[in-house]
Formats: sequence, structure tokens, C-alpha cells
Amino acid sequence: MSDPILKLDGVYTNIAQYHILQGVNLEVPRGQVTMLLGRNGVGKTTTLRSIIGHWRAHNGAILFDGQDITKLPTPAIARLGIGFVPEDMGIFADLTVEENMILAAVSGPINQARLQWLFTVFPALETFWKKEAGTLSGGQKQMLSIARAMIEERLLYLIDEPTKGLAPAIITTMARAVKELKTQGASILLVEQNFAVAKALGDTANVMDDGRMIWSGQMSELATDAALQEQLMGLSVESE
Amino acid sequence: MSAAPDHTPTMARMSFGERLAPHAPVLLVVGLMLLGFIAIPATSSWLTLTVSGLAMGMMIFIMASGLTLVFGLMDVINFGHGAFVSVGAFVGVSFLLMLEHMTGASSLMLNLTALMVAIIGAMAATGLMGWAFEKVIVKPVYGHHLKQILVTMGGLIVVEQLIIVLWGPEEIYITRPEALKGAITFAGAALEKYRLVAVAVGIVVFAGMRFVLRRTKIGLIVRAGVENGEMVEALGYRLRLVFVGVFIAGSALAGLGGVLWGLYQEVITAHMGNQTMILVFIVVIIGGLGSVEGCFIGALLVGLMQNYVAFLEPKVALISNIGLMVAILMWRPMGMIPVVKAK
Repeated sequence: MSDPILKLDGVYTNIAQYHILQGVNLEVPRGQVTMLLGRNGVGKTTTLRSIIGHWRAHNGAILFDGQDITKLPTPAIARLGIGFVPEDMGIFADLTVEENMILAAVSGPINQARLQWLFTVFPALETFWKKEAGTLSGGQKQMLSIARAMIEERLLYLIDEPTKGLAPAIITTMARAVKELKTQGASILLVEQNFAVAKALGDTANVMDDGRMIWSGQMSELATDAALQEQLMGLSVESE
Repeated sequence: MSAAPDHTPTMARMSFGERLAPHAPVLLVVGLMLLGFIAIPATSSWLTLTVSGLAMGMMIFIMASGLTLVFGLMDVINFGHGAFVSVGAFVGVSFLLMLEHMTGASSLMLNLTALMVAIIGAMAATGLMGWAFEKVIVKPVYGHHLKQILVTMGGLIVVEQLIIVLWGPEEIYITRPEALKGAITFAGAALEKYRLVAVAVGIVVFAGMRFVLRRTKIGLIVRAGVENGEMVEALGYRLRLVFVGVFIAGSALAGLGGVLWGLYQEVITAHMGNQTMILVFIVVIIGGLGSVEGCFIGALLVGLMQNYVAFLEPKVALISNIGLMVAILMWRPMGMIPVVKAK
């Protein structure tokens, strides 16, 4: 693959005495949706957190847009153009939806045109604009979390399980948001447990197990090969 | 035809209690004042004690506000906060002694100008000291509570001894500026002028802090950082810089509190900061760690409680605030206005 936006090269991350990532290799091509798949506890979230710098990679290199970001502090990494949507959504519950968005616009005041566009993607945001984010429902919080990452244009979005525990209607909204981002030319690294969503959104797929990447390839290839899915993730799509 | 059973969703009206709950802390202050009004026989004494309690509360708030934010934002326990109170008092009083021709004059304007100069001097000195304190003492022990307690206490001892080196071991007695001496009579109650000034300063500081925290981006960063610092960093803000700023501002406010407290007591010692820290910690804990509003309300409660009880039953005064803390923590274990912490 030529010139990926993000490249992980043999990344090891330890948390306390636990060796979570054990030599992760990953390439995120530009302008595509890259899926990061795997069973619970194999290191998907740790991979995202290592990229954004919340946890430090002890070994290996993380290259973003050709630059080594392995040792950069989190704010510096974010300012290179990476939007992060953590698994717990990272909403500031004490602040209103509006204040959450003002904060997310790091480089200055909110771009009103972009905000109006976001309102069309997530109409609920406009409805609850002045409400405290802590009072929103789970789905609304997830929308806010993604909208926050989207309020300014980023080169790469790291999104951790955006559909976890959400109603089907909201999952559709999330999927549309990811597609919109892709249309704008952004690159997306998406952790997703819902295989139907992964199949619909992903261009390339990477499957992890035990802190390592065990399979990388085209999403279409994985989506059509039930035996491969069974072998990699131990899941049967038929049961979905 | 829908297979769903007939069902009209209804919104349950919130009960009176539920609607009241968010305002409970404010109502507690009003309630305490009412309780005082009933318990204290003469209205004039009640008014005097209430103003005095509010003044004391405001001064404690000014000293405590920085501490609560420092803890909330970076999880740093600073037992050396009292050092800034002492240094603020000594620097401020030194200015006032230099400006004796202004404090001794009977013109209110001249007096207040001298007080302003003293306050600005004290805040500049303690702010600068806060910057150094953070760099030398606090920064190396991020994330280690026990080490923080030990090393900041050590810092406090060093600063107290330095005060003794610079200003001598004796306590310094001071008189308030001429126009702020004595009391005015209102509805038969004697209200000390200086306490009214302290109340005014406290309100201005609280309003200013609220404005910054609610209406400016830096304030939003601080509030969001108290809740979830990791996410603030992931958005691209350098939380450490913000924290240093908050530490400096908090130290300067402690310095301001020191000047006000020193003039209130009319005597200053190197250990005065450490002595006020007991009340300051009570206020920070009952307010809810990291909450400025909680700190403000907590300070008013402590100030009022102290004054009412000292009047009604002097012997109980010593334990009244500890009792208040126990009662509030039994009611709300995270403090009155707990900050929602991520994780």
C-alpha cells in the first residue's frame, strides 16, 4: 500500500505489568474507512489509545502522515489533525452541548457553515443545543461525541465502537456520519463489534487477536468468507 | 393495524423534592440563616453575626477557591496552600505599613487605594511564588498523593521559616485603614465596616470566577478538564499549561485572602496560613472537590455556623464545623455539588 495516512510498525504497549499490544502492525490508507475488528479484550481500544498518546507505546513506531508521533504528547498529536471519539464517548457532562462543541473547535470560533451541516447529520444536536450534555440519552451523547470530533476538519478520525448499545435508528445515523466524513476525503479508523455495520462501512479490515494483527485485507474479502470470519473472530454472521 | 397494545406514554411530573434537590445547597445557607434568626433572641445581634459570618465565609472562599480547582484539575493535593496565605498577608501588610500616610488619612478613597496597592502587591508576589512552587515542588510528584502531601507540607515549612527570616519571628500587629475602622449602625445592629468590605470583595471574586469559568474558553477548558482531563488533551489543549495558570491564579487568590484575613484578625504570624487551612479543607471537602460553586456555598455555611454557634454556645464552636462537615458528608458523600468525574 502506498503512502498510508497512519502506520503502526511493531507497536508494543504495556499497561502496568500487562503486555496488551505485542507488536501491532497496521496501515490506514488515505481517504478510506479502515475497520479494526476482533473479539473483546484483544487490544483494539489500546491500539487507538496508543495512537492518540493516552497510553505510551514502549516499542515500535507510530507514523502519522509520514511523521513519527510515537513520543509526542497527546495535545500535539491531536493538533496534527486527528479527531478522537473514545469508547466512553468522553462527553463533558457538566457542560452544555453548545459548550462541548465550542471546546471542540480548537482553532477558533465554530465555523457556522460546518455547524449547520452537522445539524443536518445529527438533528438532535440542534434540539438539545442548550442542554447539559449529562442529561442526554446514550445515543444523543454518542452523536455529540462524534459531532465534536467532526466540528473541525481532520485528516484522520479514530472512532471507538460508535454503535455500542444503540438503537438501530441511531446506528443508521452513525453510519451515515461516517460515510459523510469519507465523502469529504477524511480517513477513518473505526473499531466496530457490529459486523453488519463493519461490512457496510469498511473498505479495508484488520483483525486483532491477543495483542497482534492476525489478518489484514479488503473488507469485501472478509465479508464474503464465513469460514475466515469463524476462524479469525469466532463469530458466525448467520446468527446476526 | 398495530400489534402494539394501546399505550399512551406519559411524562411523570417531577415531585417537589426532586425539583428542589439541585438548589438544596443554596437553600441550606438560607435555612441556616433562618435557624440562626430563630435561635438568636435579638434581631440586631443576629444581623451583626450574619454579616460577620458572611464576611468570614467570603474570606475562606477566596482562600479555598484555588485549592479546589487545583485538586479538581490535576488531582493534586496541596497541603502547602496555606503558605500563600501567610506570604500574601506579610507582603500586603508591608505595603500598608509603607503607605501609612495613606492608611492613616481619614479619606476613604486614599484608604481604599492603599488597600488596593497592598492587594495587588500581595497577589503579584504570591502568584509568582505559586509559579515557582508548582515548578519546583508539585511538578515532580504528579500522580503520587502521598508524595504530594509530604513534599507540599515540607514546602509549607520552608516558606514559614523564610517568612521568619525575612520579617522576624514576632507577630506583627496592624491597624485597619482609618475609614475602615469601627462600625456603622443599621437597624440597631452594629456592622463592622471592614466586614462589609470583605463581603463585597468576596462577591466580586466569586462573580469574576463564575464569569471566567462560564463565559470564556479558558474557563470551559478548566471545567471540562476537572471532569475529564484526558479528553481535553485529546481535543488538542495542553492541560498542563492551563493547570500552571490555575495554580498561579489560585495562589494569588490565597494571597488576597491572606491580606483580608490579616486585616480581619489585625495580627499576622508566619503560621496564620496553616491555621486557616483547617477551615479551608473543610470548605473544599463539603463543597465537593473541584467545584467553585460548592466551595462558595460551603464557605458561607462554615462562616455562618462558626459565628452563630460561638454566640449561642461558645464551647461548642470548636466542633461545630467538624459537625457540619460530618452531617453534610452523610447527606452527600461527594460534597454538596459533586463534580462528575469521568472514570
